[in-house]
Amino acid sequence: MNVIAMGCGRVGARVSIILDQHGHHVTVVDTNPEAFRRLGEKFKGDTLIGTGIDEDVLRRAGIESAHVFIAVTNGDNRNIMAAQVARTVFEVEHVVVRIYDPVREDTYRRLGLRTVCPTTTISALIIDLINDVLPADEEL
Amino acid sequence: MYIIVVGGGKVGYYLTKTLLVEGHEVLLIERDRHKVEVYGERLGSVVLAGDGAEAAVLSEAGAQRADVVIAVTGEDEDNLVVCQMSKAKFHVPRAIARVNNPKNEVLFQRLGIDVTVSQTEHILKLIEQKIPEKSFVHLLNLRHDELAIVEAHVSEGSPVAHKRVANVQFPVHCVIAAIIRGPDPVIALPNTEILPGDELIIVTHSNEEEDLRQMLMES
Repeated sequence: MNVIAMGCGRVGARVSIILDQHGHHVTVVDTNPEAFRRLGEKFKGDTLIGTGIDEDVLRRAGIESAHVFIAVTNGDNRNIMAAQVARTVFEVEHVVVRIYDPVREDTYRRLGLRTVCPTTTISALIIDLINDVLPADEEL
Repeated sequence: MYIIVVGGGKVGYYLTKTLLVEGHEVLLIERDRHKVEVYGERLGSVVLAGDGAEAAVLSEAGAQRADVVIAVTGEDEDNLVVCQMSKAKFHVPRAIARVNNPKNEVLFQRLGIDVTVSQTEHILKLIEQKIPEKSFVHLLNLRHDELAIVEAHVSEGSPVAHKRVANVQFPVHCVIAAIIRGPDPVIALPNTEILPGDELIIVTHSNEEEDLRQMLMES
């Protein structure tokens, strides 16, 4: 499968490395060429300097033949716009977008984007981990 | 009307100022607290500090009762999200986005933004306008009704020169809104004579833009 990852931070790089190891063809797009160092030397996919909200950059990244598009830059709005370009203009089948702001995440999920919200997910995990050591409400 | 302007750059500041003078209720949302202080001193308490893409900020701004939201930051992705959040979450009837990269204009319209304003495109068109054969300029798209506003320069040889407005056979869905004659705008009444050198501001159905262009050109 052809995958495009926009944003080569910790998450973008890790997802790209794993998918690469699984035999998929991954193209990673980031505005900062330094970020590609996170991919390590074994990474067999491609890298492209540029922003994923630019249709021409996405075309060069091969979006017309991509099955999956992942938007994981640090900017919620950039991710949201890129995801909508991938879905609406290029009709990519699977588009996943990270949105930190829970309200924005909720809004765009309702509008049909497949969203991941680290804020709510991680908060829930943390609460889960400490739940059993905290006294229940009525015992306080 | 209650108008929320998001983005306090030069465009946002002067837009807010102008809209206030025109008697509208206006609120400007700007992220930079320093700018908010400066603008507050100049404009009064019509400036709110915050990120206009955040629902809490829009809610504090009273977006639920806003008639229009205008997003004019320097980042297209921010303008897009501000407009989409305003419509999806606060049901703002009209969202207008400034488009910095002209390539995004069509995209924004496909994504539900009512009106897009591209400065870059405007400047390009103004330059084109100075070239004689580009005497027909598309000014603005009004997405909702598939209407466009165009500006046409009337040359000496134009078929409409020296005709009265009532005597010109325009395509069915076209209306002259105004005539710019020298420095002054003139309202186009049926008996107003169109003169060479006039700039006609015409509201047209997008389908008929090409017909209009054809009929205004020298034959």
